This record gives sequence, C-alpha cells and structure tokens, in this order.
Amino acid sequence: MSFDAFDAWWWPFLFILIAGWLATDIWRFAGVVLGGRLTEGSDILVLVRCVATALVAAVVANLIAFPSGALANTPLLLRVGAAAAGFACYLSAGKRMIVGILAGEAVLLAGLLLF
Amino acid sequence: MCGNVCHLSASRAYWYARGARATISVPGLIIASAFVGFAGLARGTGLTLPETLFMTTVVWALPAQVILIGVILSGGGLLPAAFAVTLSSARLMPMVVSVVPEMRTGKTRPLTLYVLSHFVAVTAWVLAMEHFPHVPRPMRTTFFGGLGTTLISINLVVVTIVFTLAAKLPPAVSAGLFLLTPLYFLTSLWGSARERASQHAMLIGLAMGPIFHLLVPNFDLLATGLVGGIGAYGFRRFTARREAA
Repeated sequence: MSFDAFDAWWWPFLFILIAGWLATDIWRFAGVVLGGRLTEGSDILVLVRCVATALVAAVVANLIAFPSGALANTPLLLRVGAAAAGFACYLSAGKRMIVGILAGEAVLLAGLLLF
Repeated sequence: MCGNVCHLSASRAYWYARGARATISVPGLIIASAFVGFAGLARGTGLTLPETLFMTTVVWALPAQVILIGVILSGGGLLPAAFAVTLSSARLMPMVVSVVPEMRTGKTRPLTLYVLSHFVAVTAWVLAMEHFPHVPRPMRTTFFGGLGTTLISINLVVVTIVFTLAAKLPPAVSAGLFLLTPLYFLTSLWGSARERASQHAMLIGLAMGPIFHLLVPNFDLLATGLVGGIGAYGFRRFTARREAA
C-alpha cells in the first residue's frame, strides 16, 4: 500500500495521517504522560537517539546519492564535494550551521557555473 | 470594572504575542530556510501543495517529514513508512518530557498540555527553553501556544511561496534548493547530538544509507536505522565496559 496505491484524493492524506501524524504525535503524547519520569541521560533514550539519528542520516545520504528534481542533473562528485565542503566549513567555523549551509551551496553553485 | 478576569485575559494576549514574537530569531530563520528546502523536495517528489501543507501541519517534525518523503520516493508501503517515522519521532519524547514540567502549574488542564505538545520539535523546544526563565509560570502555556502556532504558520507560508515560485526558478537555483535539506541535517544532526554515540550513528547511517538503498530499496531507511543505531549503541557499551575494567 504505497503512497500512489489508490487513485482516490483522500488516500495521500490518510497515508500522511497514519504514517506521519500518528507515528509522530504518539511520542509527544507519551512525553506528556511520562512527564518527568524518564531522565535525559537514561540508557534506553541513548539507543532511541542513535537509531533515530542513523535513520535521518540515511535519508540525507540518499538525498545526495540518489536525488530527484534539478539536483539529479548534477554530477555525483559535485554533490558529495559540496556536502563534504559544507560539513568541513561547519566544523571549522565552530559548529555554526549557517556557515556550513552557505559554504555547501556556494560549492554547488560554483561547480554548476564552472562546468 | 472587571478586575482580575480582564487583567488576566489582557496579559494572556500579551504573552501570546510575546511567544509569537520569539519566533523572529536565528533558530526561526534556520527552520524557515530548511522548510524552503523541504518544499522544493516535496514538490520534486510529486506531492501537491495541499498534501505538503497538510503534512507540515499534522506532523510538524522535519526529520519525520523528510523520512516520509524518502519512503514515498522509493515507493515504500504504509507500514514501513509508519515504522520508519515512529523510530525517528521517538526523539521528540524526551523533548516533551523536559518541556512539560516547565510550563505546568497546578491548574493546567491535561488537554492543554496534549495540544501544546504537538508544537514540540527542535526549534520550538530550543526557543522555549531559552525564553521560559523570563516568562511568569502561569503564562508559559500561553507563551508556548503563541510560539508554536506562529512557527507553524510562518512555515506554511514559506511552503506556499516556494511551491508557487519553484517552477520559475533557474535549474541551478533549483538544485541549490534541493541541497538545502541534506546540508541542514548534516550540520544540525551533528550539532544537536547529545553523545558521541549519536555522531557515530550518523556517520554509519551516511555510509550505509546508499548501500542499503541498492540492496533493499523498500526497507533501506529501517535497515540503516537499526544497523547504524544498534551498532553505535553497542560500540558505546563496549568501550564503556573496557574503560570501566
């Protein structure tokens, strides 16, 4: 039952509601219920954070390796180079996000204009 | 002459507005630029504007939304999508757990807290933690309501503008728009990591994501999340035990 499985107008909305809203707000509601019973440093939360981080990282890597839209027409090496340059600038600028994002964009645009 | 009631509702409006104004900030600017990237991504994936606005309103967590788009892109089903989003959104629970005690008073209704918890995501959480010490405790729920509703509204406008303009953009700008989301998460994931293990999980995830995408296209995100997450966690346990010994 993929996003395009049914031709009905409501199906994408139901898909988003179940796989998006329910899957997300269930944790927010659980957080209200738990109140202050779980501590930030508890070990199970470390595991949860690790799995969540690896998941999002996979999405990020796939967006760079197998992009859609206008980014799909750019060379793989340029995309990886832009992302790596952005991350390197972010680290060397004392973890300032805005520096990393601007540097990555600058490398991509420079590459597109030069080649 | 309306005494306390009037006074209270006037100050509620005041603190709601103060919450709304708190969105004009660096974290607010960063999340808006991230939503510029997300809107470009959603449009490129074939989502309509109503679908994208709906997703932004009911999910309101950018990693979850990007994962949802990722599953849709790879043609995954409802259950793998729900499972992947559930894993990613679990990180919201500790944020809610830490923010609720700061805005609860003896008189706060549980329903108010459930509704307000929907606004909790990285940006609102960061801003709330920053401002709460300067907000009187009985007004914190109101302040957070103003903060959350304004933050969502601003980004709904951002999504709408990007959808309207995207078709007219030159290809290079459009490509830059698509790169915003990965760049945003590369930097924010690393920066918001509470422990080394999360950063290891990120590095494993970056390396394994494309590999699993080729090996198991429909379950690539889940497989990477579980392998990378459990791997990084296991490495942490292993090194902790060695240090203890």
